[in-house]
Amino acid sequence: MQQIVNFILRNKTFLLFVLLLFISIMLTIQAHSYHRSRFIHSANFLSGGIYNITNNVSDFFDLRTQNELLQEENNKLKSILLNTEKDADSSFIDSVNFSSHYKFTAAKVNRNSYAATNNILLVNKGENDSIKQDFGVVSSKGIIGIIEKTNANYATVLSILNTTSSISAQLKKTNHFGSMKWDGLSPNKIQLSEIPKIAPVIIGDTIITSGRSAIFPKGIPIGTISKFKLDTAENYYEIEIMLFNDMTNIEHVYIIENKEAKHITSLLDNND
Amino acid sequence: MTNFFSIHTIRFVVLSLIQVLLLSHINFMGYLNPYPYILFVLLFPIKNNRMLFILLSFLLGLLIDIFLDSGGIHAAACVTIAFIRPVALKYSFGALYEHQTVKFSNADFVQRITYISILTIIHHLVLFLLEIFNFSRILLVLKHTLFASILTIILCLLITIIFSGTNKK
Repeated sequence: MQQIVNFILRNKTFLLFVLLLFISIMLTIQAHSYHRSRFIHSANFLSGGIYNITNNVSDFFDLRTQNELLQEENNKLKSILLNTEKDADSSFIDSVNFSSHYKFTAAKVNRNSYAATNNILLVNKGENDSIKQDFGVVSSKGIIGIIEKTNANYATVLSILNTTSSISAQLKKTNHFGSMKWDGLSPNKIQLSEIPKIAPVIIGDTIITSGRSAIFPKGIPIGTISKFKLDTAENYYEIEIMLFNDMTNIEHVYIIENKEAKHITSLLDNND
Repeated sequence: MTNFFSIHTIRFVVLSLIQVLLLSHINFMGYLNPYPYILFVLLFPIKNNRMLFILLSFLLGLLIDIFLDSGGIHAAACVTIAFIRPVALKYSFGALYEHQTVKFSNADFVQRITYISILTIIHHLVLFLLEIFNFSRILLVLKHTLFASILTIILCLLITIIFSGTNKK
């Protein structure tokens, strides 16, 4: 017993080092697995607040381009609205489509990252705005990521530029779908795999979300095909997508809540 | 004593704030960021309690991790360099560093560069190994380590040169 105590006292620095290294590596491993990092994330009072303050200042210098982006989107929406107005009959209320499945919440990105291999964004909406885990995040141009952690006022977003995230995507003109993962190299290119060989893949084709998960609705634009080749087994295509979004310049985003998500996931869980 | 504490507390807070608000968003050439917050670990007084030093380094790394959403990679890297700092000190300043009071600002320039470089490269190697977390991408790890280390070393040297001038009076 005495010897054990002596050993501990003699090597106390080394033991402390091993303990702390072990804790930090455990935290790293937790952060690498999806939805596991419970303690260490920037959606807390201190870091969220500090990022909010600095963002208020830095936003000012980017106002012009962000305004142009928003105006562009307004134009697009207005053109859709004006074009559909003709066939809307005011005397008829379509009660089937009365409640929509998707609820949109506008939010602002407080912290953007795109240079690491596991990028995480911070947005200024949280549980007080009924934002929860697994809600989708899109911008006016396309897909951004998935809500990961929330607290009262902030939420972190698992960016699509994250080697641990995987999103189901499909070709726009056919329904061939595959899973989209990032290889960690360039912030404007993302990789799509598992598209079957039979699919008509052409450079320049548009890729959209497939709506197979309960997170994103079908048809959110992702990007265009810039390069493709068959994988080593020659059964599936490996496609490189050029993103529509400039992931290095994001300010205003929309958080999508799928109100049917609970029912869909419970059905899918029963199947497993 | 209060003066000593306040200098290190201020250094802790200022370095971590500059790191998370400014330097981690440089993204030079798309992905390179310097990490000069490790200056806190490099300049911590030699004669102080070693356990306290390792614990403080861990807390510094953890603080950076919380802000950058990076799990525990900075904490692991900081703890590692805090633990092996005596070896680096012995290698760069000679075996007598414990007995004579090595003032960092008075030390030889070459010795200073050696000391900063050793610890920076080890810190960045651990950091990027854990960040990329994939042995098949070892070349990417080495590339990031090399270029980010160069940035960090230059920045650390500049900061120490600028601030050693004011400390002398």
